[in-house]
Amino acid sequence: MKLSLENLAVAFSDPQGGLLPALGPVSLAVGEDEFVCLIGPSGCGKTTLIRVLAGLQAPTSGIALCDGVPIARPMRGFAIMFQEANLMPWRTVLDNIALPLEVAGVPAANRYKTVRALLPLLQLENFDQAYPAELSGGMAQRVALGRVMVQEPQVWLLDEPFGALDALTREKLSLELLQLRSRTTQIIIMVTHNISEAVLLADRVIVLSPRPGRLVADVRVDLPRPRFPEMIYERDFLRLAKRIRASIDEISG
Amino acid sequence: MQESSRTATAKIEKRSLSARGNTLRRLSPLATVLLLLLIWLWISDREIISPILVPPPADVAAAFADALADGSLAAHSFTTLGEMFYGLLLGVGIGLAIGYAIAKAPVLEHVLSPIIVAFQSTPIVAYAPLLIIWFGTGPASKVVTTAVIVFFPTLVNTIAGVRAVSPNLLDVMRSLDAGRWQIFRLLELPAASPVLLAGLKTSSTLAVIGAVVGEFVNPQRGLGYLVTSARNRYDTPLVYVSVLTMTAIALSLYSLVALVEWRCLSWRRRSLN
Ligand SMILES: Nc1ncnc2c1ncn2[C@@H]1O[C@H](COP(=O)(O)OP(=O)(O)O)[C@@H](O)[C@H]1O
Ligand SMILES: [Mg+2]
Repeated sequence: MKLSLENLAVAFSDPQGGLLPALGPVSLAVGEDEFVCLIGPSGCGKTTLIRVLAGLQAPTSGIALCDGVPIARPMRGFAIMFQEANLMPWRTVLDNIALPLEVAGVPAANRYKTVRALLPLLQLENFDQAYPAELSGGMAQRVALGRVMVQEPQVWLLDEPFGALDALTREKLSLELLQLRSRTTQIIIMVTHNISEAVLLADRVIVLSPRPGRLVADVRVDLPRPRFPEMIYERDFLRLAKRIRASIDEISG
Repeated sequence: MQESSRTATAKIEKRSLSARGNTLRRLSPLATVLLLLLIWLWISDREIISPILVPPPADVAAAFADALADGSLAAHSFTTLGEMFYGLLLGVGIGLAIGYAIAKAPVLEHVLSPIIVAFQSTPIVAYAPLLIIWFGTGPASKVVTTAVIVFFPTLVNTIAGVRAVSPNLLDVMRSLDAGRWQIFRLLELPAASPVLLAGLKTSSTLAVIGAVVGEFVNPQRGLGYLVTSARNRYDTPLVYVSVLTMTAIALSLYSLVALVEWRCLSWRRRSLN
């Protein structure tokens, strides 16, 4: 699959009846199996960009394409992880992760089998029968990640997926994500505020300007794969991280 | 380790305390009933009030036994219950459907609100005779009276419940490309169910009122008829029996819905702890 944004811009109507630009215009092409990280100040339109790709937000101008087809509604093979966990409080962890399979019409026995196989990776083994209100913020995010993984998407749209996790779990999960991905060809678009995380995971790091977000840097991460945590001490890694840091500092003055 | 065991003990203590509180709370309505019974006994024993107005409990018990023995109490109760059942089915069904439509398409609210407000602000006893004219003297008119009275709380609660569904969760369902029916079944229904069940509890007690009002206006059969005919014969004990039966029906129905609520909303109890 290939994604491309052509002069994509989104504006929201403000209470006075005017239009408030939130994003763009942005043009961007994401190729087959690229892992792209988006970095930018808060309010610059990262979430908006993710929602356009997910088919949940119509662009005000420009277009988002998937293999040349305009994205006008949620597309098959795309899965989104929202910035908030957005779990259903009346469903257990197991049933929350199984939701996409239930919507897809997978029989109960099969979907529970699939979900149970994911629980160890998400470190949720003993919480399958817990309700969302009984979970910590980090656990809730892991459930939300599970809800994406269970869809086996070709395009992963992750909006600050590891925001509420402690540093260790964050690293472990992000590396798991890399391994999961290495098995098949998948596009991952991930919003993060963490430069090291972006460089460690991504093939490309895109830096956006303050609202309305425009593309200010498109840094190719040419570190070898597989990646491992110790890489963050290597010279090439630091060189890339510094470059991204510099472009962020530049835009925020 | 110590910390967690201490909190665990504290939790257990708290639970047993609240369990004791629960038993007390459950027993206190019973105590109220017993107290009322004692006052009643005392009043009729001293003949403070004429037995025509307040017959002694023994007379009421005797009337109850008679009405049970000749099958009339069961027959009339069954009539009223049937009217209530179909009235609830009709009123709740239409209330859910129109409420859902209004919640999804606010334009409808503007179109329908004059009718709804006018209907709701008119006392049911005022237009019950009209319903008899329209739907005949049989049980159908009582069913409709019941349906009308349970319609409003259902409607209001459905609108409130469906409108309160989290837009974020709606996005989750949309991102999964869920269909309308799936969104209803997997999101809107469970999200609105606390409010819907609260509405159903209100409706279940209103259903008794609806059926009995219908029977008062046009007494043919049912507990409303039993009250009217007993009163005409100055058979006060039988009036008491009929009224108490209505109370029992209302309470049972209310408890039944409360039980369903308790079963369906276990996630809420656990979440609130
Ligand atoms: N539904 C909306 N209505 C109005 N304004 C919005 C809406 N969604 C986002 N915005 C505005 O658009 C801008 C970008 O938002 P967002 O994409 O959430 O930023 P980010 O995720 O980068 O923090 C913000 O200024 C936000 O206030
Ligand atoms: Mg955001």
